[in-house]
Amino acid sequence: MTDAPEKVVELEGVTKEFAQGKTVALQGIDLTIDSGEFVSLIGPSGCGKSTLLRIIGDLVEPTSGKVTVNGKTAHQARSDRDYGIVFQHAVLYDWRTVTKNIALPLEMLGWPRAKRADRIKEMLELVELTGFESHYPWQLSGGMQQRVSIARALSFSPPLLLMDEPFGALDEMTRERLNMELLSIWRETRSTTIFVTHSIAEAVFLSTRVVVMSPRPGRIAEILEIDLPQPRTAETREDPRFFELVTELRESLHRGGADQVFEKLAPEGDG
Amino acid sequence: MRNAGKRVGVFALVLGVIWGLWEGWHWIGTRFNLTWPFPVNNVTMPHLHKIVEALFQPAQVNGPWLIQILWHNSLFTAKECILGFLIGAIVGFLIAVALSQSRVLALGFIPYVVASQTIPLLAIAPMVVVGLGSKGVKDWISVAVLAAYLTFFPVTINTLRGLESADPRAVELMESYAAGRWQILWKLQVPSSIPYLFSAFRIAAPLAVVGAIISEPAASIQGGLGGAIVNFSQYYTIEPQELWATNIITALLGIAFFLAIVLVEKLVVHRAPEHYA
Repeated sequence: MTDAPEKVVELEGVTKEFAQGKTVALQGIDLTIDSGEFVSLIGPSGCGKSTLLRIIGDLVEPTSGKVTVNGKTAHQARSDRDYGIVFQHAVLYDWRTVTKNIALPLEMLGWPRAKRADRIKEMLELVELTGFESHYPWQLSGGMQQRVSIARALSFSPPLLLMDEPFGALDEMTRERLNMELLSIWRETRSTTIFVTHSIAEAVFLSTRVVVMSPRPGRIAEILEIDLPQPRTAETREDPRFFELVTELRESLHRGGADQVFEKLAPEGDG
Repeated sequence: MRNAGKRVGVFALVLGVIWGLWEGWHWIGTRFNLTWPFPVNNVTMPHLHKIVEALFQPAQVNGPWLIQILWHNSLFTAKECILGFLIGAIVGFLIAVALSQSRVLALGFIPYVVASQTIPLLAIAPMVVVGLGSKGVKDWISVAVLAAYLTFFPVTINTLRGLESADPRAVELMESYAAGRWQILWKLQVPSSIPYLFSAFRIAAPLAVVGAIISEPAASIQGGLGGAIVNFSQYYTIEPQELWATNIITALLGIAFFLAIVLVEKLVVHRAPEHYA
C-alpha cells in the first residue's frame, strides 16, 4: 500500500438534467473517493443517488461536469472494465447456471477456460455457494441470487465496485447476513466500493464514509465519516457509537430535506 | 406415472366424445333427413369405423392396404416438411436478426415480410417449381422451399419480439462490461429470444405440413400426402372414407411435428417455469 491514498473517483461540478432541463436530477456534485474506501450514498427517493452511481459507471452521461475514474474518463474506465456492478435485482441470466453466470464477464474478457474455472471456484467459496454450481438462478432464494450477482461483479477483480441497493429487496435477516459477508469480501479484495442504499443502519454499518444527498435538485447535503473500528462484527451493531452515528445520520437526512418527500411525491424509478 | 395415466385417460375421453358427437349427429341427420346446415349421409359424414376400416383395406384391387400407401406418402411428405421447416426456421431467424440491428431496416422491410404471407402459396408455387426445376433442383426440394415460405414468417415475427425482450437491466449490465453490439446480441438477446423462438416453431411445424401438401400438386408430385389427397378427392363421392382416412394421417403428421418441437424445447430450454409459453 502506498502512503498517500490514491484517488479512484473524482467528480467535479457534475450536473444531470432530464427533459431539456425541466428536471434537475443532480446539481453541482463534487466528490472524491479514495482507493479502498467504502462509500454509501443515502437519501430519499428522487435525490439522484442511483443516477450518480450510473454517471460514475458511465451508464448515464452527465449534462455537465467532469468525471474521472482511476485517472481516466469514465468512458475509458468502462472500456477498461474497471467496474463491477450489482443492481437491486440480481439480473442473472435464466438460461445460465450459477457457474455460467459468474463466467459471463470472464468470457467477455476472453479468459481461457481453465483460468475461468479456477476463478469461479474461488468466487463460489467467497460468497459461500459451493455446491450450487449447476443450479439455475430460479432455483435459488433471493439472497443466494444476489450473492451470485456479487460473485459475478467481483469475478474479474474490478478496481471499483458499484452497488445499487443490492439488498433492498431482501428481508432484514438476510440483509444483515449479507452485510457481514460483503464486508469480509471487501476486506479481502480491497475493492473500492460505492453503495447506494435507503437503509440508515446499513449505511452506518458498512461504510467508511456516508454521503447524504437531498432532493430537488439532487445534491450532496453532508458527508459523514464513520469512525467505527474495523473489522466490523455483529457486536458493532450493539456499540453505543453505532447508535450515535445512526442518530447523527438520521438527523442529517432530515436536515437535508428527506421530509419533503411526503409533501411532494418524488418521481418513481430513481432512488 | 399417474400423470401419464391421467393424460391417456383424458385423451381417450375426448376422443370418445368426438366419436359420440360425430355418430350422434350422423344418426339424427339420417333419421330425420336433415338438410341444414348440410345434408347428412354416408358421403358427407362416413361412419368413423368405416374410415378406420378403410385404412386396413386395399385401396385398389389386390393392392396394399391404404395405411401402407399413406405411410409411404407420409414419409415422403415428412422429408419435405423437415427440410422446409429447417430452411424456414434458419432464414426466418436470420431475417429477424438482421432487422433487429437497425430500426430503419425493420421499418422498411417488415411490411414486405407481412405482405409475403398475403400471396397464396398456389400463386408462387409454379414460379418456384419451374424456376428451381430449370436449375436442376429436384421437385421435392422445391416443395420444401415452398413450405419454408410459410414457416419463416412466424419465426421472423416472434424472434424479433424475442430479441427485443431482453431485460433492459441486463443490457445495462452488458454495457458495464463494455460489451459490443455482437456480444450483446449473441450472449443476451439471442438467448432471451429462445422461448419466443420455440413458440414460433410450434406454429411453424404444422404450417410446414400444410405448405408441403398444398405445394405437392403444384409440383406434380404424386408420392406424397398432397398427391394422395388430390387423388382421393376425385373419388370422394364413391369412397369418401379414403379421403377422410388420408386427412387423419395428415393431421397425425402435423401433430407428430408439433410434439417433436415440444420435446426438443423440453430438452434444450432451461428457464424459470413462468417463462414457458
